[in-house]
Amino acid sequence: MPMVDLVAEAERQMTICNSCRYCEGYCAVFPAMEIRRDFEEGEMIYLANLCFECRDCFYACQFAPPHEFGVNVPQIFAEIRAETYQEYSWPGILGKLYRRNGLAVGLITVASTALILLLVIALRRDALFSTQAGEGAFYRVIPYAAMVIPALLIALYCLAVFARGAYRFWRDTDTDLTGVIDFRAFAVATRDAFGLRYLKGGGVGCNYPDERFSQVRRWFHHLVFYGFLFDLASTTVAAIYDHFLGRHAPYPPLSLPVALGTIGGVALVIGTVGLLSLKWRSDRQPAAPRMLKMDVAFLLLLGLTSLTGLLLLVLRATPAMGALLAVHLGFVAGLFLTMPYGKFAHIVYRYAALIRNALEQARV
Amino acid sequence: MGTLMTRDHRAGNALIDMSRPIDVLVIGGGNAALCAAIEAAHGGARVLLLEGSPEHFRGGNSRHTRDIRYMHPGATEYVTGPYPEEEFWDDLLRVTHGETTECLARLTIRASADLDGWTQRHGVRWQRPLKGTLHLARTNLFMLGGGKAMINAYYATAHTMGVQVAYGAVVSTLKIRDGVFQSAVFDHDGGIHEVRAKVVVVASGGFEANIPWLKEYWGDAADNFIIRGTQHNQGRMLAELLEFGAKSVGNPHEFHAVAVDARAPKFDGGIVTRLDSVPFGIAVNREAERFYDEGEDFWPKRYAIWGGLIARQPGQIAYSIIDAKAKGKFMPSVFPAIKAASLAELAGQLELDPARLAETVAAFNRATRPGTFDPSSLDDCRTEGLDPPKSHWAIPIDTPPFLAYPLRPGITFTYLGVTVDECARVIMNDGRPAANIFAAGEVMAGNILGRGYLAGFGLTIGAVFGRIAGREAARHANG
Ligand SMILES: Cc1cc2nc3c(=O)[nH]c(=O)nc-3n(C[C@H](O)[C@H](O)[C@H](O)COP(=O)(O)OP(=O)(O)OC[C@H]3O[C@@H](n4cnc5c(N)ncnc54)[C@H](O)[C@@H]3O)c2cc1C
Repeated sequence: MPMVDLVAEAERQMTICNSCRYCEGYCAVFPAMEIRRDFEEGEMIYLANLCFECRDCFYACQFAPPHEFGVNVPQIFAEIRAETYQEYSWPGILGKLYRRNGLAVGLITVASTALILLLVIALRRDALFSTQAGEGAFYRVIPYAAMVIPALLIALYCLAVFARGAYRFWRDTDTDLTGVIDFRAFAVATRDAFGLRYLKGGGVGCNYPDERFSQVRRWFHHLVFYGFLFDLASTTVAAIYDHFLGRHAPYPPLSLPVALGTIGGVALVIGTVGLLSLKWRSDRQPAAPRMLKMDVAFLLLLGLTSLTGLLLLVLRATPAMGALLAVHLGFVAGLFLTMPYGKFAHIVYRYAALIRNALEQARV
Repeated sequence: MGTLMTRDHRAGNALIDMSRPIDVLVIGGGNAALCAAIEAAHGGARVLLLEGSPEHFRGGNSRHTRDIRYMHPGATEYVTGPYPEEEFWDDLLRVTHGETTECLARLTIRASADLDGWTQRHGVRWQRPLKGTLHLARTNLFMLGGGKAMINAYYATAHTMGVQVAYGAVVSTLKIRDGVFQSAVFDHDGGIHEVRAKVVVVASGGFEANIPWLKEYWGDAADNFIIRGTQHNQGRMLAELLEFGAKSVGNPHEFHAVAVDARAPKFDGGIVTRLDSVPFGIAVNREAERFYDEGEDFWPKRYAIWGGLIARQPGQIAYSIIDAKAKGKFMPSVFPAIKAASLAELAGQLELDPARLAETVAAFNRATRPGTFDPSSLDDCRTEGLDPPKSHWAIPIDTPPFLAYPLRPGITFTYLGVTVDECARVIMNDGRPAANIFAAGEVMAGNILGRGYLAGFGLTIGAVFGRIAGREAARHANG
């Protein structure tokens, strides 16, 4: 469905919600809805991105299908979010990757892995299947510059696409830009995002994977998110070691980069497997199939990236290291290359929506 | 009377053994029924609950509710101040004009003090006072997520306590011999079943969804009524009990009815179809004539008479007409206003006589007296020399676009019920209580709320008497 139709359907549902308001205690969406009467596209995109899909409102709704009013807020908002991610990505032609996301993510990852493997086979065949040890072992398989320069470029590219998307999101959802530098709103949004407040359900959790209340999704998500941060920290520390302290990877098992990376990797594997299994079992009624596919693609890739990273750590002193390194880097490349065109985008737009909500609630 | 296969997409399917008698049979699946089933299970009884509606629409009218009134000594996280017994009682006396049974009413009020804790222990969650709840935030508790969330919590609790539930199980007949309940016959899954039980708790609501029954009092007008809640409240069990000689209570002609949007679904439109626009303009009938003082009092104190007023208009239809000045002054409603640049155009859209509508509006506008318009007080904007008058908030209707909402009577519940004693036992015409027949909820609310309404009190009566009925039923079954 094109965005205009999605927004029209969401508006139909919000009109019902706005004359009911029974759900106003669940999350930020409904109080934000209550201060509005008409819903422009930008407003609806904002509300949709404020929704954490906890599904509490769906099971509590006396107008949910099969009622003729057919209210299904988590679903229509997920549809709009999927569309948001696509619309705000850049360039437009690549934004289309959102359409068949699983396939695109898979192909790009396979392609990047194959490319790296081929390059290594072509250029470093000798290093590929022999045991490498000691400082600089990784770089004997893939040279330092070949590892760092593409990675930096891709990271910068992701940042640029997301910064542009966030700017446009902010502009379209109709708030003036000065708001962004409101420290208090920033703090509230950050606390809500890092604590996953809207999956907490005031302590009992959300209706996931089914109608029962459970905290399990929130905990798995925490594992994924903080696991990711640990891995990011590990990479950053490693970069500092390398550039400023002249210490080159591989680092010993008890060093900071390895410790951070291991914790992060294990958390990520558990978290992604956990979330995937919850999704597998989850009630499909309040879900948007398109978003579900995007979730699965992203989680699979994230999980496999972590798993290959962990394997690399365990087997780094064996002849398998070379191939594993190439595969791991292929996954990392796939992850970051598709980042602006997949589920990762939710961090950007949800966070922006949370900031906007904090600003708005401080005013009323 | 063999086994019954129940289909339950949440709890899984189950076989219910009906070859030996159930201890406590609960008929109905709303607030009162669930409170009874849970208490009976606490009392050690083997409980079967028969809910007439399919699983998706379980919970009767209770699934449409928002709040519950209860007595409490002071503010808590969820209420903003005290609500003592005497104030509660005074409120009840005021709305019922004394049509209540004091001992049962006081029992309900006192027992309500315990509801906050009891409900929470059984999974219900309350909401902190927010914008939409402030007008009742001192006296009433608001369910987080509303009545369906509460009902879901109760079903989950009942399930873990071993209560067996069959959905789509419509009880058609009660077999009662010498004033003693024997068994119930019900339809389920296309078959007819019979279940014996030591005790029955009837918690099957009123008869507001039974149009033929309503026609006995209202004639064909009842065809134009909209039922705000479930279509499953057909009053079948109420009729059975009355036929077996249960003593009735409450005026059968009376119902609680509000003005709802005429475009609302026939059943289950719930809370979103009510319209709060009436005090901000005029209301006219099919003849384009006004018929009642739209500004008599604050809307929350008057909205419940408008269902009856409209039910007595030709064709059971009315139109709330406002102009651009009123926009945004009342809760948004689910259907858009019918909009026109002129009154003539509006009349055309509503199929009203344009000349008569113009005349009605002109007469109203001429009769308005200057004042200070203030929706938050009984202001001095009123009409003079107009019949019927508009006592407050009367300002000329003159600013296009002109807006209209079609209105019909929306029936909330009926007052007719069976008489009960303090143990929730049904009282028979000879004045004696039936041995093993209990009633709770709307089906006996008329004992306490003979007329009028207090927001949130329907659930209070159901919860208090449901609990009493469940406890007493388990005791009777065990003893
Ligand atoms: C839109 C709306 C909003 C309301 N809001 C509030 C509110 O905020 N607070 C409040 O206190 N009250 C409110 N009320 C009133 C309230 O709904 C009732 O007072 C209360 O729900 C009655 O509870 P009950 O359990 O007796 O009946 P119900 O909840 O109506 O349950 C009756 C049950 O019996 C079942 N049943 C009927 N016949 C049979 C049969 N033959 N066999 C098997 N099952 C049968 C039905 O399917 C249903 O499950 C509202 C009512 C409506 C319509």
